[in-house]
Amino acid sequence: MKIKGQGVSLDALDWRILQLLQENSKLTFTEIGNKLDVAHSTVYDRIQKMEEHGIIKKYRAIVDLEKAGIQQITALITIHTDPKESENIAQRLTGFLEVLEVSSSFSEELVVNAKVISQDQAKLHSFIAQSIAPLPGVLRIRTSIITKKYKEETSQPFL
Amino acid sequence: MAVSSSRILRSVLREEAFYFFTSIGNYTGQSAASLDEFLQKIKEVNIKSLEFHLYREDFEKWISQTLGDAKLAEDIKGLRNMKVVGNALRDRLYFLVSRRLKDLKGAPQASR
Repeated sequence: MKIKGQGVSLDALDWRILQLLQENSKLTFTEIGNKLDVAHSTVYDRIQKMEEHGIIKKYRAIVDLEKAGIQQITALITIHTDPKESENIAQRLTGFLEVLEVSSSFSEELVVNAKVISQDQAKLHSFIAQSIAPLPGVLRIRTSIITKKYKEETSQPFL
Repeated sequence: MAVSSSRILRSVLREEAFYFFTSIGNYTGQSAASLDEFLQKIKEVNIKSLEFHLYREDFEKWISQTLGDAKLAEDIKGLRNMKVVGNALRDRLYFLVSRRLKDLKGAPQASR
């Protein structure tokens, strides 16, 4: 990894380390070193620098809630907004525990998208009716409840 | 204890308003913050929305718990029990709310 002013530049080894860590963050420095044919001290050094510079933000466990006995539904919500209020609406959404992701997109009009979890449909509806619909600038809301997941990638490929 | 007409007829805060949905999570963009506004929206909203809320008991809950009008809530409960749908529901609901509004405002009742 090279540091250029405020920015950093990763080399091929850094990217390969990141790929391995995204697949399994419990790998030891030695295990990574063995896979990439480099010394564990090199791996340690690279990871340390990437953590310091915020390239590696955190390590976390991905929980299979269904196996843990927790029933919940996931919904994709599209919120049509007054363009002047879109930013505020998106910011407000980020503060709710039920909201996993927030983004904005533009097709025919500016919309805010949110991925939301809830225990059941009744609670999902209450959340949308009581916490999202009243936000200033919300024009309409369309909600799709996910019925089946065909792919859910937790690591990001480096294209 | 009886709730005063002025309390029932007041405008409520944005967070307490009635938000019209057509199904779970699908908000029409229409809301009502008072009984007057609610009456107006009955004429305008998609009929699916009226059916959705009537059979979830949402109208009764909002009118009794937020506006404090147990009488109108009871009238709407009766309408739900009659299983009215479509434009007949819109017309009947409009009639019930407008009649109650006239009562509350002290105007003569609409004839049945």
